[in-house]
Amino acid sequence: MALNWFKFASPASFYPIAGRLVPAFWIITLILLGLGLYWGFFETADRLGGSNAQKEYYRIIFIHVPAAWMSMWLYVVMVGWAAIGLVFNTRLSFMMANAVAPTGAIFTFLALWTGAFWGRPSWGTYWDWDPRLTSELVLFFLYIGYIALHSAIDDVRRADRAAALLAIVGLIMVPVIFWSINCPDPNQCAALHQRSDLTQIDANILFAMLAMTFGFWTYSFATSFMRLRGIILQRESESAWVRDLLDTGDKA
Amino acid sequence: MLRLFWCILSRDLTLALRRGTDVLTSLFFFVIVVSLFPLGVGTEREVLQTLGPGVVWVAALLASMLALERLFAADHVDGTLEQMLLTDQPRALLVLAKITAHWLLTGLPLVLIAPLVGMQYHLTGAAVGVMMLTLLIGTPVLSLLGAIGAALTLGLRGGGILLALLILPLYIPVLVYGAGAIDVAATVSVADTRPYFELLGAFLLVTLVFAPVAAAAALKISLE
Repeated sequence: MALNWFKFASPASFYPIAGRLVPAFWIITLILLGLGLYWGFFETADRLGGSNAQKEYYRIIFIHVPAAWMSMWLYVVMVGWAAIGLVFNTRLSFMMANAVAPTGAIFTFLALWTGAFWGRPSWGTYWDWDPRLTSELVLFFLYIGYIALHSAIDDVRRADRAAALLAIVGLIMVPVIFWSINCPDPNQCAALHQRSDLTQIDANILFAMLAMTFGFWTYSFATSFMRLRGIILQRESESAWVRDLLDTGDKA
Repeated sequence: MLRLFWCILSRDLTLALRRGTDVLTSLFFFVIVVSLFPLGVGTEREVLQTLGPGVVWVAALLASMLALERLFAADHVDGTLEQMLLTDQPRALLVLAKITAHWLLTGLPLVLIAPLVGMQYHLTGAAVGVMMLTLLIGTPVLSLLGAIGAALTLGLRGGGILLALLILPLYIPVLVYGAGAIDVAATVSVADTRPYFELLGAFLLVTLVFAPVAAAAALKISLE
């Protein structure tokens, strides 16, 4: 069966689909986050309350690293939708970019915040001008800039396109954050984040981390779609289908 | 093509020089900001030598950013900008000419006044030389990146403060490597500043190619 993808590019037909997907994503999110947290606390080699008492604060990794990954990934997703919107001139793509931005900003903030709490016991400081910290902070500013520019322009069409262009220009920061472990001159910037490799991580810790990451990802889907539904209703409030919907009550 | 570039460039320069105070305002802003820091943090020689490179670059960032609003605003208000974009000339080139004029009026004066500022902060001769060179390579990057922001915020209410929010994060790499080079020249040796200049040069080349195109696209979005 040939699926017509462009059918879903219309806000009117995607609105009910998003409505059905939101609860599904919430359920998957709760399962994954529950599994990840349980595994991270009780199934790792140094299980909580076990005999070989390690420094327990490392467990913040199960929030910190997935949040940092999602902060970068959601920026890429946002730019992807923004670019599709600019190229194909589809309204829904811009709305998606718009809906993803706040979630991305929150994950960036969460990565910085948990990083501060992790840094205090392990590095002895809440904040340091480590390249990765600095570039993550810049990413946070980029999210804020996107949201601020979009909300400052009254004309929705111009707001969408201007913010999209800004997001694309800012995309250059994502690889910088990702590879910010390698400092151009080690004498000038001592990196506190050390080079890491997924293959060197203990399998149980890695499993918990990945479960949390996918949980955060489905959480992003759930919140973005909820926000998207709001944006669709707001922007299409003049159209017939929204008025019908409001008259009959929200059945979708 | 080249004629278009010269035409826009000389027009913008002539217009700006007829009202010379605009040019001097951003230059004096730079000098005043730089002069305020010693009054705030104390005038010890060592403190000033440490702070100097960063203060000069932050002041340059702010001065360059504050002048950005004038890049397209006057032409936008009287409709000239729209007419320019309606011609069949390449938009990016047109924007590049305007950026060049803007840099000659706001960036270059900062480079020329730098030795004076260096004296205020007791920087060595070598460090002052490096400072002038970093400003010479770095301030065009500021103008080029800033043009994108100026085009995006054209005609918006509260455009100035919004422009700062959008553009300052993108200025950070230039600040880091610009100030870093001066610091290395002052504390280690001038020879060790080479990687910094290579990176600054790379920033300049990349923005020179992409920023006019992006700014032209942004202008089109803003004027639709």
